[in-house]
Amino acid sequence: MDTKKRYERPVITKHYSGFMNKIGTSSFSKPKKDIDGVAVTDLVEKFGSPLFVISEKKIRQNQRNAVRIFKTRYPKVQFAWSYKTNYLNAVCSVFHQENSWAEVVSEFEYDKARKLGIKGENIIFNGPDKSRNALLKAIKEKAKIHIDHFDELYEIIELCDTEKLKAKVAIRINMDVGVYPKWDRFGFNYENGESWQAIKRIITNKDLELIGLHTHIGTYMMSTEAYRLAASKLAGLARSIKEQFDIVLEYIDLGGGFASHNTLLGQYLPAEEVIPSIEQFADAISSGLFELNFKNDELPLLILETGRALIDDAGFLISSVLANKRLSDGKKALIIDAGVNILFTGFWYKHKITPAQDCGLHTEESAIFGPLCMNIDVVRESITLPLLKKGDKLIIEYVGAYDMTQWMQFITLRPNVVMIMEDGSVELIRKSETLDYISEMELLPLKLSLK
Amino acid sequence: MNSFNIPPNVAVSDTGFVFLPTTGETFTLNEIGKEIFKQLQQGKGYDEIVDSILSFYDIDKNSFERDFNDFVMQLKNYSLVVEL
Repeated sequence: MDTKKRYERPVITKHYSGFMNKIGTSSFSKPKKDIDGVAVTDLVEKFGSPLFVISEKKIRQNQRNAVRIFKTRYPKVQFAWSYKTNYLNAVCSVFHQENSWAEVVSEFEYDKARKLGIKGENIIFNGPDKSRNALLKAIKEKAKIHIDHFDELYEIIELCDTEKLKAKVAIRINMDVGVYPKWDRFGFNYENGESWQAIKRIITNKDLELIGLHTHIGTYMMSTEAYRLAASKLAGLARSIKEQFDIVLEYIDLGGGFASHNTLLGQYLPAEEVIPSIEQFADAISSGLFELNFKNDELPLLILETGRALIDDAGFLISSVLANKRLSDGKKALIIDAGVNILFTGFWYKHKITPAQDCGLHTEESAIFGPLCMNIDVVRESITLPLLKKGDKLIIEYVGAYDMTQWMQFITLRPNVVMIMEDGSVELIRKSETLDYISEMELLPLKLSLK
Repeated sequence: MNSFNIPPNVAVSDTGFVFLPTTGETFTLNEIGKEIFKQLQQGKGYDEIVDSILSFYDIDKNSFERDFNDFVMQLKNYSLVVEL
């Protein structure tokens, strides 16, 4: 039997003269054929394509690593899992098993955390939208309510008064820490004295107990100095509260926002080379907090609501090539079965995209489009990849954060999500959607029925 | 299938390096690209080319036809081929 040679489609690449790129181009000589030891081909065969894959091992590693880093710099640390980053039950449960509390920003997320078995006292309730019903529930269940604005503060005061309840509250504070854009739409402002006014209003109310201060200075933060400044400002406020009212706060919550290893669109250098490490963020926060000058037994608990940096690299999206196209200017385009409807972060990041099978050494610059019949469905404007054919698989990396919460059911259905467990087994943690599931909430007036 | 001709002044090396002297532009071909390019230079038509590629490489006729058309489009784009 004669064996034929491996085929690769014919291609010609033009050389461009100019200065060499000192960074060089990525090498795709090593395809990623498995995730945590499970073959991509097996995953696709069993669960289809596209497919989200989450690594339990990686989540636990990230969480344990972050706890160790902070606890070696500050004695009392508590993480609270940011539900909005990824609120699949299996993902939240891994974080809760690692002793993380829940950080929620809506009644829906609050109820989700309660349903998973998290006690009210271990839920941090953030966000500008807390309904009266949600507030009442949170007060009764002794959740830590982080007040966002004066209307919410007065509603809590009124609720406690009429329902004869006591509430444990903190306030969210926004401040200038030298980063742009300034996040001043959430919480009370530090510089104009609004936060101090809110603090005094809480302390003078008999039904409210001020237990903490919270800030969240931004998202995908690349400056550690901003965290040092934020920690320092909150420490100063905590010290003023102790001096003026003799109240020792239970905790200071520095929020989240640490950058992950995803490279932003428009960012020249890869994220790995420019973003600070968790150690650097921890150094900055702990040095800011030590300005408290409290006795050891009065040190407040440091709460962190880190989301993205703990989950992004634990998420993978396997996708298949649907077609190769040539655009009018001669540029190559790949169409894959994962679009921006499930890869929302494609609007922000240049994801790491790696072939999942052996490829030739020849590479080609391509655009990657999703399957949607919409011009906006661009997964990547330009990327250098080996020559791929219909049916080949790609792995899009660092998709653990926000993609499985901000995704939308649009044109196509959302796919299966599996978790590769620590022992190497694979569990389906969210089923792919069906037409019946999507239609379930719709009602068709009888006169419009065609049947 | 139309016939194509590579201009006689275009040079291609054994490693697939292409030089277009009229503009000074240079290109690289992958292995199959080089194979097809050389056969086009020898004046072979599509039918001859497809037979030779299919006898040596693991590819079906329809897939190759699609890839061949795309390859010729690339060559046209770089003024490396003339349609007869």
